[in-house]
Amino acid sequence: MTDTLPSVENSHTVENLLTVENLVVEFPGRRRRAPFRALKGVSLDIAPGETLGLVGESGSGKTTLGRAILGLAPVTSGSITFEGRPLVGLGRAQRRAAGRDVQAVFQDPYTSLNPAMSIEDILTEPLTVQGVAGRDARARVRELLDAVGLPADAGARRPNEFSGGQRQRVAIARALALRPRLIVCDEPVSALDLSTQARVLDLFIDIQRRTGVAYLFVSHDLMVVRHISHRIAVLYRGEIVELGSGEQVTDAPEHPYTQRLLAASPVSDPHEQRLRREQRWAQAARAS
Amino acid sequence: MSAAPLTTAPLTTAVLRASETGADRSLTRRLLRNPLGLTAIVLLGLIVLLSVLAPWIAPHDPNHVDLAVAFDPPSATHWLGADSAGRDVLSRLLTGGRLTLLGAAIGLTVAVVVGLVSGLVAGYYGGWFDTLSDLSTSLVMALPNMMILLAIRVVVGPSLWITMAVFGLLISPSIYRLVRSGVRQVRGELYVDAARVSGLSDARIIARHVLFVVRAPIIIQAAIIGGIAIAIQSGLEFLGLGDQTVPTWGVMLSEGFGNLYIAPLLILWPGLAIALTIGSLVLFGNALRDALEDKPAAPRLRGGVARQSTATATATATADDDVALSVRGLTVGYPTTSDALKTVIESVTFDVRRGEILGLVGESGSGKTQTAWSVLGLLPRGAVVESGAIVHDGVDLLADAGRTQRGLLGRRIAYVPQEPMSNLDPYFTVGHQLVAPMRKHLGLGRAEARDRATQLLAHVGIPDPVRTMKAYPHEISGGMAQRVLIAGAVSCDPDLIVADEPTTALDVTVQAEILDLLRSLQAERGLSMVLVTHNFGVVADLCDSVVVLRGGQVVEQGPAAALLSAPQHPYTRDLLAATLDGTAPRSVSDAAYAELEAAR
Amino acid sequence: MWSFIARRLAGGILLLVVASSLTYLLMNANSGGIALRILGDQATAEQIAAKEAELGLDRPVLERFGEWALGAVRGDLGTSWFTSEGVWHTVFSRLPVTLSLVVGTVVVTTIVATALGVLAATRRGRVDRVVQVLSVVGAAAPNFWIGLMLVVGFALTLRWFPATGFVSPAVSAAGWAASITLPIVALALGSVAAVTQQVRSAFIEVEGRDYVRTLRSRGLGERTVLFGHVLRGAATPALTVLALQFVGLLGGAVVVERVFALPGLGETIANATTSGDVPLVMGVVVVSVALVVVVNLVIDILAGWINPKARVS
Repeated sequence: MTDTLPSVENSHTVENLLTVENLVVEFPGRRRRAPFRALKGVSLDIAPGETLGLVGESGSGKTTLGRAILGLAPVTSGSITFEGRPLVGLGRAQRRAAGRDVQAVFQDPYTSLNPAMSIEDILTEPLTVQGVAGRDARARVRELLDAVGLPADAGARRPNEFSGGQRQRVAIARALALRPRLIVCDEPVSALDLSTQARVLDLFIDIQRRTGVAYLFVSHDLMVVRHISHRIAVLYRGEIVELGSGEQVTDAPEHPYTQRLLAASPVSDPHEQRLRREQRWAQAARAS
Repeated sequence: MSAAPLTTAPLTTAVLRASETGADRSLTRRLLRNPLGLTAIVLLGLIVLLSVLAPWIAPHDPNHVDLAVAFDPPSATHWLGADSAGRDVLSRLLTGGRLTLLGAAIGLTVAVVVGLVSGLVAGYYGGWFDTLSDLSTSLVMALPNMMILLAIRVVVGPSLWITMAVFGLLISPSIYRLVRSGVRQVRGELYVDAARVSGLSDARIIARHVLFVVRAPIIIQAAIIGGIAIAIQSGLEFLGLGDQTVPTWGVMLSEGFGNLYIAPLLILWPGLAIALTIGSLVLFGNALRDALEDKPAAPRLRGGVARQSTATATATATADDDVALSVRGLTVGYPTTSDALKTVIESVTFDVRRGEILGLVGESGSGKTQTAWSVLGLLPRGAVVESGAIVHDGVDLLADAGRTQRGLLGRRIAYVPQEPMSNLDPYFTVGHQLVAPMRKHLGLGRAEARDRATQLLAHVGIPDPVRTMKAYPHEISGGMAQRVLIAGAVSCDPDLIVADEPTTALDVTVQAEILDLLRSLQAERGLSMVLVTHNFGVVADLCDSVVVLRGGQVVEQGPAAALLSAPQHPYTRDLLAATLDGTAPRSVSDAAYAELEAAR
Repeated sequence: MWSFIARRLAGGILLLVVASSLTYLLMNANSGGIALRILGDQATAEQIAAKEAELGLDRPVLERFGEWALGAVRGDLGTSWFTSEGVWHTVFSRLPVTLSLVVGTVVVTTIVATALGVLAATRRGRVDRVVQVLSVVGAAAPNFWIGLMLVVGFALTLRWFPATGFVSPAVSAAGWAASITLPIVALALGSVAAVTQQVRSAFIEVEGRDYVRTLRSRGLGERTVLFGHVLRGAATPALTVLALQFVGLLGGAVVVERVFALPGLGETIANATTSGDVPLVMGVVVVSVALVVVVNLVIDILAGWINPKARVS
């Protein structure tokens, strides 16, 4: 296991799982207004088994990037390649087939599960598409529930009987159902309470170590991203301003925006926080 | 018989949302448990049954003329009497029901098929079809149905079936709009995105996720349309424009109206049948809507203060002159479907000293927001302070049913909410919302208040205060909106501010600026502050003391520095441990993991 | 704001043009049917042909449409086939009756529904239940049916109001009021029910919004909060329903005018339909659609005035 674990040094020698090149995403403007350019030529790659953290504030385009990879946002130009095959410019059915190995976990565990369906129905939904049904599907559901630490009898219940953290576990199980090679995680812990957040993050890491799945982990929280990511990309107004190893970006950021982001994230130690605050003021004074 | 789709608008919003949350198995049960719903269903069933069986159970031929018994009152042979041509009223009523309902069913079928299909396609795929169908829908909705039906009648003659089919077409926009907005809403849901990522085809997504959501609202709307169809149809026939050879209820009514002075009973029976049928359709629709929304029984208690015993608490609370706010044994209950109150906070006690910032920390459901709302007297309708005391500057806020509290609100006690965008009234300019409280509390004139508000906006760091005064909330950013709300909170020189997660909805860089603003305002005005938050970083940045809440109870409290560095209670320790401050980067944790694996 | 009004006005005119063109083509496409309708089932082919020639129906429909449209733009809606009276003149002389009825109903509905809806939303409990029952009754009872009951009850039995007929306000204001009171009540019950429901649910929804809590926290009086802010927020959806109601009321007026024997547009179109007077039916339809367009425009402007966001979209 140890030698297959990707690290920053060797991640580029391994063949890339996902390559995004010069990706531009535009949304049509309303009422003769110019189209809104959410991503302005973004390039990145993800190796098998790796977590790439994607951090940015609202309007940075981080969610759009994840959705473009999932085929949920329109790609204006640029390319997305998964295991050497293009994901852009395909018909609906082709795109579905090509994207089978890329799954997703979304931010809001309350709206990402259909409240009218039982957990078992939610988990078998992706399986039936692949023709897995009946006893095999039920066995797989049990396996999945076990993998995410939910009791075996959870299948018969509905989402509203579970807490936010448990629902997010169901969402993770659904993403795992097709044994994907990459999961796009869009702010999967930001709607959760503090203690739940830590446990769900550790579940993500645990699953990655067991299955070798890669993550594109989107978050606004620098510390969450540091905890889970091998490498981190910082997105600002549709462009990647910094991309480096987890330590480098969160300990010694190079780009002024990343520095600003780090200084603005409060820490729970009052003394440490005072230092951060003063550092932030010093930065601001330098900038002006 | 107003032909407008009666209540489409509230249906689309409330019910669509509600229909997703309800588990549908219990829906039927809830519907049947509602006495009105049950009555409506039984009545409808009975009417349909009698109408279907009409050819077999009608005692006479409905069209058999016997002038000898014309206008006869009810008798043993003619239970409901006979009409102007001596035809049996009961037989005509039963047969009429069959034809009336059949006509309505045709209209309904056309409306549902056309509305459902076009709504699904337009809502799911959008594009040119959406634009086109939206245009034609607004066209059809602007046509007075009755006039068009009359015009059609000129061309095709008095055919019940054609008339009802055209009616279905004219009313189909109400179904179309319902379906389209439902589909739009569902299409934006994350679970549909998830289904698409899972590889489900569009047809499957529509069948599994979309149709399910719009199903119940369509049934409700169908009940309403059924009623309108019967009303329109009998209205046309009442005008004498129906097919006189077909004995529907409307034709009977028209005939009765012509003989109103001779035999007033003749309009009673068809009138009653029409009213009863439409009435049960409406009741059925309402009952289904209520079942979907799963309305709890109306709370028995009015919102506000209903304190039982506070005398002793008040006595101990007012002792210290240095205390700006004293909360003693505060217990708050929320109404439930049964009579009992559900306690959401229990015996919460803390003091805020003058010029101090106190953090109320906890996870969701800890009761931190309820505590803040209690201090402000802004608990939602039905919620009550069961016991305890809230004393501000030596004054018992809960005395005289909260009147004292309301009197101090805005003037001495102010509120900064969580979500900046939803806390400004979208219909008024920023300036108006700032000026109104100042004019009321400070007695300022309009111009004076405007000047002061503009200065205040500049003071809270808004770059162009004159322009912002004239702006509507949707024209400013979230960070700016939060500055406006803070300006509003301090506008009348309060001494206590209650801030409920004031930075949670903001980006971290904006959060830092807002925290700076709160800090400087607090320092320059010597404000006392209660700051509700779930973020220990915010506590460390701003707070002097902390109260940790869990499940409505105080777990631990004390000075911020001490509590954060050496928490006493295991829960506080767990919470602090769960923060990711100083977490090891992934390379380090991976290395540790690899070592562990190797050792095994 | 002006460009907003101009856009809405253009939309309304387009709507009027499309709606009247479609109706014209629909009504005139099958000219053989029309002649047959007028002459009755026993008519021979020659008679039908003669009638068609007499009415100009033997010419291509598009040609006739062009002529009609040109006239309509100049305010000439053609001549009745039976009375040879100008359609515009007939419609215009009947319009006051229907307008009294429909506008009166809208005014009554607005006032009563706002009051009842706000009362039900703020008081809840018993008041709310009464309002709920009322709206079921209002929604369930067809308005001609209510009209019949009112005639039997108040006019025939109690003799408080005249059963039938219309008195012009120019002749006697009191007589006018008495002659349209029962018709307005018959027509208004349904729309009051629908609008009250809407006001009630919108009011409750808006009162639960975050900004209302914040307004209360500023120490503004309860009256300012409820009537200055909540009611304003609830007005937009209520106006939408009111606009829909208006379209329905025009249809309802047709039947209610028959019940109370009011010589309005409804009575005109009903009679014209029976006789097959295509030009007259067309005239009433066009004027009705024009009324709807005007009312929608007024309501749109009102909504735009209330809601700053509606002005831009």
